[in-house]
Amino acid sequence: MSPELSPATLLAALAKALQRGAIRVVDLTQTLTPDFPQIALPPEMGQCWPFRIEEVSRYDERGPGWYWNNFSCGEHTGTHFDAPIHWISGRHRPNNAVDTIPVQHFVAPAVVIDCHEQAAADPDYLLTVADIDAFETAHGRIAAGSWVLMRTDWSRRRDPEAYQNFDETGQHTPGPSTEAVRFLVEQRDVLGFGSEAIGTDAGQGYHLRPPYPCHYFMHGAGRYGLQCLCNLDLLPPTGSVLICPPLKIEQGSGSPLRVLALVAG
Amino acid sequence: MTMPLMRPPRKNPVLRTRQMNLPPWARSRVAMGLTVAAAEGRFALQVCEACGAVQYPPREACHACVSPRLQWRPQSGEGRLIAATTLHHSNDLFFRERLPWRLGLVHLDCGSSLMVHLHGDVRQPGQRVRVTARLDRAGRAVVIALPDPETPHMNDDPMLREMGCDPKFRKVLVTDGKSEVGQALVRALVKAGADIIWVGHSEPWKKMPGFDDIADLPQVTLVPLDVTDGRAVEQVGGALGGKVDIVVHNAEVHRTYGIGARRGTDVARLEMDVNYFGLLRLAQAFGPALRARAADGAAHAVAWVNLLSIYALANFPPHGTYSASKAAAHSLAQCLRAEMRPAGIRVVNVFPGPIDEAWNQNLPPPKLTPEAVANAIVKALRDGTEDVYPGDVAQEWLERWRDDPRVLERELAAGGGS
Repeated sequence: MSPELSPATLLAALAKALQRGAIRVVDLTQTLTPDFPQIALPPEMGQCWPFRIEEVSRYDERGPGWYWNNFSCGEHTGTHFDAPIHWISGRHRPNNAVDTIPVQHFVAPAVVIDCHEQAAADPDYLLTVADIDAFETAHGRIAAGSWVLMRTDWSRRRDPEAYQNFDETGQHTPGPSTEAVRFLVEQRDVLGFGSEAIGTDAGQGYHLRPPYPCHYFMHGAGRYGLQCLCNLDLLPPTGSVLICPPLKIEQGSGSPLRVLALVAG
Repeated sequence: MTMPLMRPPRKNPVLRTRQMNLPPWARSRVAMGLTVAAAEGRFALQVCEACGAVQYPPREACHACVSPRLQWRPQSGEGRLIAATTLHHSNDLFFRERLPWRLGLVHLDCGSSLMVHLHGDVRQPGQRVRVTARLDRAGRAVVIALPDPETPHMNDDPMLREMGCDPKFRKVLVTDGKSEVGQALVRALVKAGADIIWVGHSEPWKKMPGFDDIADLPQVTLVPLDVTDGRAVEQVGGALGGKVDIVVHNAEVHRTYGIGARRGTDVARLEMDVNYFGLLRLAQAFGPALRARAADGAAHAVAWVNLLSIYALANFPPHGTYSASKAAAHSLAQCLRAEMRPAGIRVVNVFPGPIDEAWNQNLPPPKLTPEAVANAIVKALRDGTEDVYPGDVAQEWLERWRDDPRVLERELAAGGGS
């Protein structure tokens, strides 16, 4: 970046690059549909609502000239954002809810660590510090304030049953190890962690120490989560910018959202 | 001897689908007593409390002593056929379409004589018969003489089949095949000779023990069906509505909270969404197709079964929000019944007591096995009953509720349910 470029020039150049397609916009969002699975907890616990939609009218006697729907869902349905207040460790952080998070954080650089081969071999794969070291050896140090996205190609499992991947011992989906999460928060000062599976933590994350380490440490440090992402294979390892503003829900713990990535060329 | 029913031929798509013409349905108000007893599978006649005379047809006063103190009492229906005749002509559309039709005169052992419909295996005057009341296609009680003792394949008699909803050779939708009751229902329907059983299942990622075995049955086709998802219900209704002869709506959410035991409304809302709105969504999606096919061949559309709960009658506070959702569903089922009856489709409401399933783990026995619930539903379909209270608990509560609903309410509030 040339230091002499003024912010106004920069912004104009960005707009032009977007228009020309020199910078592409990649959609990292799963479509909200009633079929998309939501997180499943033991049935005696409170549950996140799945996405549901009902017609208000469709050019019919209920509204002759217009079509529209009512929908309902939980804050953590579909591709969604996790705010620090979501977890007990983040409950006393300042600006910890979706309505109070500084909006600058909703536009931020991202790095993508490719674990799709490991996840194909082992659905319980846990991202390690060694994976991060290897990534940095190849692509440079992860900059503070970046999103770290774990590419597993899990989003290609279109069948909800394969996507959830339950057996009698619960869910089997990839996620980060406790050590990797702590490294990213404490050593790299990342903005948040993103995954393709239904949570930022692995399906068996309840059995890690502490349970759900990504939620525990990321939110405890005021960092964010993105889950149910897709198209991470279309992003470069470094150099993309995420645009991911959640809905401005008063004291919201998260929200479904559209996640877009700006990618060069 | 009744010939066993053979698999009905496939529908001829060139011909107009036959429409339902209901049998004559007008009854006096006093005759309703026969109907409500028949709806529960009982044959009841008026008995005079003053002189003990049994009488038929129903009247306002005793035919022997003119006392108005008449009570409906269950009858064995045993008697002897006096005369039989065969109708070859009728101006009534229902009978005209089903001629020839046999009628007879029976003298009951209790003293009354009745004009009755005759089962095909009741042949000669002098023969012993058992008279019972059945609901006809208009949902009103008619009396029919059955062979006594029973004969092989007697349920396949065309007249009796008109008065019941036998699953044999019929195509059935079970809205939830994953629950224990759902699995038992599928097995019972297979045993009853159902032709095809579409088995709804939601949240396919949640594995339920035994479900894979159900899915492997040759009569079973799995259908993704979450009754909280209006679009999915509409889609299944569109795809299968024109084929389904019997809907068995057993999908339910049962949680065990009152008002104070659970914060918030999420559980109560889920119960309402499945137990009440689920029924509404299904009825809107499947009702019209069922109504249009009530006379479509030998295995026409015939019935809609709702798995309710005895708690629909009176709130069981430890399961308070569930009771409320079942009461709402019961009310809606009455509306469904009123809308389906003129089309000749029977709505069967089932009110079991506690079922032996995970959410009743802490309730002491007696608890109904899922198989008992399933068998009660299949029996209700065969016998053509409308109101089913399977099990001792349901029967006892029903009795107390009939006696005085306010007493039952107080007993349940004190935790003395069963």
